[in-house]
Amino acid sequence: MSPSLLTAEGLSGLLFLSLVGVTLVGAVIAACAARVIRSVAGLALCFLGVAGLYYYLNSPFVALMQILIYVGAVCVTIIFAVMLAESDETKMPLKQNGLVGPLGILAGGLLAWALAALALKTDWHQAATKVNNGTVADIGQSLLTTYSMSFELISVVLFVAIIGSVVLARGGRSKS
Amino acid sequence: MSLDPEVVRVLAFLVGVIAFAALNAAYLVWLERKEAGHIQRRIGPKEVGPFGLLQPLADGAKLMTKQLIVPDGVDPVLFKIAPIMVMVPAIMSFVTIPFSDTLVARNIDIGLLVIFAFASVNVLGLLLGAWGSRNKYAIISAARVVSQNVAYEIPMLVTVVTLVMITGTMNLHEIVMSQQGGFWNWNILRLNASPLMPISFLIFFVCMLAETNRAPFDMAEAESELIAGAFTEYPGMGFGVFFMGEYANIVIGACLATILFLGGWQCPFGLYPGVHWFLIKIYAIIFTVIWIRWTFPRTTFYSLLNLSWKILIPISFFNLILTSAMLKVF
Repeated sequence: MSPSLLTAEGLSGLLFLSLVGVTLVGAVIAACAARVIRSVAGLALCFLGVAGLYYYLNSPFVALMQILIYVGAVCVTIIFAVMLAESDETKMPLKQNGLVGPLGILAGGLLAWALAALALKTDWHQAATKVNNGTVADIGQSLLTTYSMSFELISVVLFVAIIGSVVLARGGRSKS
Repeated sequence: MSLDPEVVRVLAFLVGVIAFAALNAAYLVWLERKEAGHIQRRIGPKEVGPFGLLQPLADGAKLMTKQLIVPDGVDPVLFKIAPIMVMVPAIMSFVTIPFSDTLVARNIDIGLLVIFAFASVNVLGLLLGAWGSRNKYAIISAARVVSQNVAYEIPMLVTVVTLVMITGTMNLHEIVMSQQGGFWNWNILRLNASPLMPISFLIFFVCMLAETNRAPFDMAEAESELIAGAFTEYPGMGFGVFFMGEYANIVIGACLATILFLGGWQCPFGLYPGVHWFLIKIYAIIFTVIWIRWTFPRTTFYSLLNLSWKILIPISFFNLILTSAMLKVF
């Protein structure tokens, strides 16, 4: 059952495991790093790992969009914001009391256990048919037919967000 | 035990792609110095080997023997990761570039998207390196890199979308196959699809120069204002890896321009298509890129942004609308 490392299956399995590892390590760095900028770097790493997992789930389009949008745009924006806001080498204040660590681990472990139990116990029923091949043409067609309503709503939300941020930015400028 | 042929193929292409990227990075530096020399009525490197051809090896030895200093006060992790984050995505992009009909590491159906996705990681690497350097020149340079890349990504992507609408595919192999025949079938001269095709090539080319931080748009490096911008604190091979990444990005930009507009490996007259035509075309483009660098002065930052937001973006959107109208009507 364990394919050799010198076959294509073995190599892709190894790659899959390392992507899982990258995702987890990135998430831990994002949560635990003392400096904000390193957290963002960890987040970028985590996004890259998740993109790889999408690729293994047979949806390369979503994987590439994950890289293009989350790593290429969102992380860059966050770092830019940090660069403008964090004036100097400010480490996060360490004024937590001793219970925070153990309780955090306990809560996290409980959540992980519950999710794992849910995933294992649920009687997942197989999708009757493969919806589509996940190609760009399929995604485009379903976005503009079946899901056109949600597509339009999302663009309205983004539009409102942009207008809102412009209004906030201008308001800040006039007061100064 | 016998080796899986797929594994051998993957390994062969891995080695080939890395060798191609590294060799190009080394010899484009030589080409750049030689060309700069001749443009400025000098000779350029001539001492090391015939025509200075061994100069890249000497440069490499020099860079690699230098001590890797990590200055006090920098963020050591980010400082060391940043050059790799610029280099690796550039190499990854080579995976999907078709050098000829059969010579491609992996013909991905959305190859065009792969290249743009990995190209967007490049900015993150420069940003992290610049911020990790804890240096005011580097941080100014980082701010410039971000606004420049955001500004020029829009016209570039809109132009590419126009092209995808015409060819109807994002598969780089199919895009090249749709330009078969002669040079009049290349996308740059496909005037029946859109009369603005030559202009969209020009927009793409300008955006490529800006995205790869080449002069006259090298605001990130701008040695006369910012010392070396994001690379100020980098010694030896840290700097070397950044530069290899930059040259690899130039090669990718040239490959993309060739594939999208200049017919990839197709011959201009329909004779003997193959990898040699691809190489001739990309090196012609790279030669032009270097030529532009040494003949145009650096722009100012505001005129750089104005060029994108006020000229390139409106024209590329107009082109998009015109092309879709023409596709619908004819």
